[in-house]
Amino acid sequence: MDSREQTAPAATDLARAQRRTVSIIDSERWLGPLLIGPAVLYIVLLVGLPFFMALYYSVSNTTTGGGTLGFVGLRNFTGVVGTPRFQTALKNTLIFALLSQTVILVLSNALALALQKDFHGKRLIRFLILLPWVAPISIGTIAWLWIFDSTYSVLNWTLRMAGLIQGQGFMWLGVPHLAMGSVIAVHVWRQLPLATVILLGGLSSIPQDIHDAAAVDGAGFWRHYFQITLPLILPISLVALLFGLIFTFTDMIIIYNLTRGGPYDSTQVLASLAFYTGIAGGDLAEGAAIALFLFPLLLAVAWGFLRIAHRTEVT
Amino acid sequence: MMSERVKIWGGQVTRWSILGVLTIFLAFPFVWMLITAFKRQSDLYDLKHNPFLFYEPPTLEHIQRLFSETQYGEWLLNTALVGVLVVIITLVLAVPAGYALARLTGQWGEKLGIGIFLTYLVPPTLLFIPLSRVVVNLHLDDSLWSLVLVYPSFTVPFSAWLMMGFFKAIPKDMEEAAMVDGYSRLGAFFRVVVPISLAGILTVAIFSFTLVMQEFVYAVTFISSVRNMTVSVGVPTFLTHGDVYFWGSLMAGCFIASVPVAILYNFFVDRFIAGFTMGAIK
Repeated sequence: MDSREQTAPAATDLARAQRRTVSIIDSERWLGPLLIGPAVLYIVLLVGLPFFMALYYSVSNTTTGGGTLGFVGLRNFTGVVGTPRFQTALKNTLIFALLSQTVILVLSNALALALQKDFHGKRLIRFLILLPWVAPISIGTIAWLWIFDSTYSVLNWTLRMAGLIQGQGFMWLGVPHLAMGSVIAVHVWRQLPLATVILLGGLSSIPQDIHDAAAVDGAGFWRHYFQITLPLILPISLVALLFGLIFTFTDMIIIYNLTRGGPYDSTQVLASLAFYTGIAGGDLAEGAAIALFLFPLLLAVAWGFLRIAHRTEVT
Repeated sequence: MMSERVKIWGGQVTRWSILGVLTIFLAFPFVWMLITAFKRQSDLYDLKHNPFLFYEPPTLEHIQRLFSETQYGEWLLNTALVGVLVVIITLVLAVPAGYALARLTGQWGEKLGIGIFLTYLVPPTLLFIPLSRVVVNLHLDDSLWSLVLVYPSFTVPFSAWLMMGFFKAIPKDMEEAAMVDGYSRLGAFFRVVVPISLAGILTVAIFSFTLVMQEFVYAVTFISSVRNMTVSVGVPTFLTHGDVYFWGSLMAGCFIASVPVAILYNFFVDRFIAGFTMGAIK
């Protein structure tokens, strides 16, 4: 479809090209590649090349010390997959991703619906809601570290005042299941703004007539939501979900800052384990193998992404 | 009639409680930074005090200590320096690329565009291991230049994608008119398209800058000495070192590094979301 529209300027260009001497940048045949070339070259060198290096490392025995790059086949993978540490991290990654995305999906729908109509102070509320997403995440999580502090936790203080707990209160980051819950809560806190804003965009693109027609037909809130609104915002919700999954599978900042994977690896995910093994532990090869283990998952997510993009374009 | 009114009233209550609870959840950590940053030490660590109230007058001692006894000021400067350089590199690479994708490359450009977008899915947690070796081989380890070199790898793909969306939204007639007037395609791009796309370019610049401020994995991997750190690494690694955390200074540092950028970003967020979703769907 785009190529047909291209012919018009191309034709004028050709005519002009015949009129005067053309330098190479005037020719559209070369201008496109010339403009996009530097960016592509950069991406190939700093994303493509390292990616293949990661692939190679994962089948070698290299270390940070600059060790040999001997080929060891799939030994890193077979070696690491069997370890309890890896299996815990894999399980944690899946729990972390599924739970956080479910909560985000529900809350972002509720929040987007509540924000849909205009009201006084909407801009301020929106600014406050967006804060966790626009503030640097590694810094935002430090505030949570303070909120979860073992002695001075404001959360425990509030629960104590409300009469819900007595004595010291919870060790939010010190007990395995509770630590996982806390980390998931912070992850929800971090991603909810983006999901909400994406859904708001979807909601505002629904023509008002459709809502009016449903109101005339006397549809109640839930029927209206499930039969009209939800199907219409489904594609864009999936976009939000897929972005969310990618960020979740690949993020280690929250874990690094809050729990360092502890207590007893109960919050260790694959991304953080790759960091601790590859950089802190100096075993680049095994770290690369752990990091690459995520790649099939990412690929599946990306594939889903393209499917949606394609389908929406067709309809 | 009565039940109708109850229903509307109930809807309002639900709506405002959702808004209230979630807004508090999302904004509270920032309020907490602010309260902690101005509280006196003795007030902060008294378990009998209500942590929301000031029992003693507010103080600036935490902020003073942050700038006099830690390298926070240097971290801010480092971040700003890296941010500005990365924004320049990003614009030089991504603006022409976005234009080529939107106008010049047709069918294969569409595939290339998707390819560029997909590189965004190759995360730092996968690339930091090989890149750490690259950085050492180039003798850039523990240098801010390593970040300047590597950061465009995540700002360029997304920015090119966003710029493509912005350029597609500009009517083609504008350049065609300029080209009829005798400009070359490149001349039309610089004299007509770039000036009317300034808002989009500014969005990409702000967006890239905030991504740089956010980045953590590369910075914690490549930078080892305290004075070369960026804010996003210095605060969580250096200021939380040891057994005693200076929560007042820590929260002051968090607030200063997060809220001003958030306010700036807020002006551009609609445009960003438009580019984001349009790019993703179209």
